[in-house]
Amino acid sequence: MQDKKNDQTAVQSTTVNGSVAADSNQEKLFTISVLTENKSGLLNGVTIVFTRRKVNIESINVSITEVEGVSRYTILVKCSKEVAEKIVKQIRKLVEVLGAFVYDQEEIHYQELALYKVQTKHIMNGNKVESLVRNNGARILVIESDYIVIEKTGHMHETHEMFEKLKPFGVLEFVRSGRIAISKSKRETTTFLKELEEASKIKINK
Amino acid sequence: METLLAKEIQKKVNNNQKVTGAEAVILSLLCEGVDVIFGYPGGAIMPIYDALYQYREELHHILVRHEQGAVHAAQGFARVSGRVGVCMATSGPGATNLITGIADAKIDSTPLVCITGQVASHLLGTDAFQETDVIGISMPVTKWNYQVTTVEEIPEVIAKAFYIAHSGRPGPVLIDITKDAQFAECEFKYKKCENIRSYHPVPKINHDHIQQAADLINQAERPYMLIGQGVILSEAEKELKTFVEKSGIPVASTLLGLSAFPPDHELYVGYLGMHGNYGANILTNECDVLIAIGMRFDDRVTGDLSTYAKQAKVLHIEIDPSEIDKNIKTDVAVNADAKEALALLTEKVNARTFPDWLAKFRDCDKLETEKVINNHIHPGDGAMKMGEVIHLISEKTKGEAVIVTDVGQHQMSTSRYYKFRSGKSNVTSGGLGTMGFALPAAFGAKLGAPDREVIAIIGDGGFQMTLQELGSIFQHKVPVKIVVLNNNFLGMVRQWQQLFFEKRYSSTEMVNPDFTTIVSGYDITAKKVTEREKLSETIDEMLAHQGPYFMEVVVEKEENVFPMVPSGACVTEIRLE
Ligand SMILES: Cc1ncc(C[n+]2csc(CCOP(=O)(O)OP(=O)(O)O)c2C)c(N)n1
Repeated sequence: MQDKKNDQTAVQSTTVNGSVAADSNQEKLFTISVLTENKSGLLNGVTIVFTRRKVNIESINVSITEVEGVSRYTILVKCSKEVAEKIVKQIRKLVEVLGAFVYDQEEIHYQELALYKVQTKHIMNGNKVESLVRNNGARILVIESDYIVIEKTGHMHETHEMFEKLKPFGVLEFVRSGRIAISKSKRETTTFLKELEEASKIKINK
Repeated sequence: METLLAKEIQKKVNNNQKVTGAEAVILSLLCEGVDVIFGYPGGAIMPIYDALYQYREELHHILVRHEQGAVHAAQGFARVSGRVGVCMATSGPGATNLITGIADAKIDSTPLVCITGQVASHLLGTDAFQETDVIGISMPVTKWNYQVTTVEEIPEVIAKAFYIAHSGRPGPVLIDITKDAQFAECEFKYKKCENIRSYHPVPKINHDHIQQAADLINQAERPYMLIGQGVILSEAEKELKTFVEKSGIPVASTLLGLSAFPPDHELYVGYLGMHGNYGANILTNECDVLIAIGMRFDDRVTGDLSTYAKQAKVLHIEIDPSEIDKNIKTDVAVNADAKEALALLTEKVNARTFPDWLAKFRDCDKLETEKVINNHIHPGDGAMKMGEVIHLISEKTKGEAVIVTDVGQHQMSTSRYYKFRSGKSNVTSGGLGTMGFALPAAFGAKLGAPDREVIAIIGDGGFQMTLQELGSIFQHKVPVKIVVLNNNFLGMVRQWQQLFFEKRYSSTEMVNPDFTTIVSGYDITAKKVTEREKLSETIDEMLAHQGPYFMEVVVEKEENVFPMVPSGACVTEIRLE
């Protein structure tokens, strides 16, 4: 594939005698990472690509990057590899998208953050909640007179486990952030952008 | 004209003379070389219409009768001229009336710039009068869209719009401009857009892939080539012919690829798809190498994917990377512009011929001619058939006319029986199948190719979907020829009902008015042909006529288009009757 926007792609399609390898039809979690110019309305354009194929977005995070004016969308989806790849190709077609990549769990470092609100009386009466916090690598973010907010970073199953443990004490609110991820690839975004700039100048001699 | 305009603009720049946003829109269009624009005014776009008044000599505005007419006309204009079609409409209902045509242009890769007025920026999001979120609505059906809220953005955004619309795989772009931005003033400077770092319309040729493609072709024993509109959009007709003549590979065309390759060429084997030719369809499942260029394996071409060309190695040459491996897994993919790829491939392929393989196509042709074609184009007596009308028009125009079709049986009959002998001549709604496309697209096409004969061929159903555009043809004296093939049915749907729904003709019979009376009201010469004896002379009269001309032909009510690959069936399950 000669598309420059494709260059960081971690997952290549695997074909065996022209047919799709079996594992590409299995539904799994994929992390889709999209580098974009900062343009209002683009989020809508990106999500439409998923909606059209009726693929549900598990989580989505939009953030700035180390390069000014460039945003990164990190989107978690559950679908087959084949569908993930087709979605990514269609996302790349959006004019303001600089690059879009699909990653397996093994190809990224990723993290999520969860917040839990419980009544203050639970840390006052005995130290059960406090030891839960301590033993699970969480921390107390704020203590108000009537509630406390606990913060925990971790993968989905870890933050969920914490939720289950806190449940008996009554969780007033629980929220988990979208996944954020950094690829294991060594390429720097600025180098990538420079190559894009060049690729955008290719003309056909007609 | 261009230099005069350039001087005019330069004068404004030199004097630091400010222009309104509305005038900046018009000047930007002029800087892009636009001389025809299709549109319809209304509150939110009035400043632009006002600015247009001053430039009405340079920028010819065609007032349509419905905004859908404007966008289809712009499509017709773009398809025959290879230029960007431009249309404009007001906010709210004006903008939403464009959507069908924009969706049509998106799926058929037609370069358009659509300009819509919008309520003033301080009213955005407040459900103001005629406010509609046209950016949100059009996002899934545009290649790019943008809302302008400040006057300074206008020239740059319009430059970007044109660049995006026509480069790479073309498509429609929509620019929504708030009324306050149209009224505000700025200094005018225009610079054409030449690149956008996040947008790569032209892939860099990978020579390894070209070599792999050539190797695959050189090993083939029964190679088969499918061409699509990509060949026309890339203006690769000449390169295609050179490639085919050297490689000796039989060629078939998709609906939108028609007119890219001469139909009387010894290596042309026909038209693909649901109502395509017999051999062109069934032999897809006998070739050993399938070479697809500038086409996207639409389901109307492939039928059941799980049984499509399974025996073949697939080479896909395509400019849009998202089309590669979308429907058909490729063995070799060349992500490239058709023209460039074909030129490189021609150097690397061996000069060969495949007489035995080609003979198979000819055997199929013989069968199809006996079983289907003869009966359609030379029916003898009985009611007139669509095929014979198209065949006659094809003969009398020597295949040189621009043919604009609507959607249905007449469209399929035209793609089967009109022998397109020159490029950019087949204007039809392929991907979206939009009834009502033909009449407005035809007058747009005539304005895009004023020196060519433009003939619209329409069903009685589709004609009544945008019939109001007779008014545009009348007012602007556009000399198009209009042929309505009247079977008093929504023919194609009736055919499906007959074949797949036990002849239960649910809401497909049409009680029609006298079309010639209506058309005459627009001062367009109108003839109705009910007898076969009158057909030939009426076509002659139509072709000889200087202005617009309307011909209704009363055809057999319950004729079916064959061959037919039933929806979702394998291409080899094609039915001849
Ligand atoms: C806007 C729109 N509505 C509905 C259809 C579905 N449709 C496809 S073909 C057809 C019948 C067309 O009838 P007519 O225009 O008389 O042409 P014929 O098939 O008889 O040649 C219909 C209703 C469509 N393609 N487009």
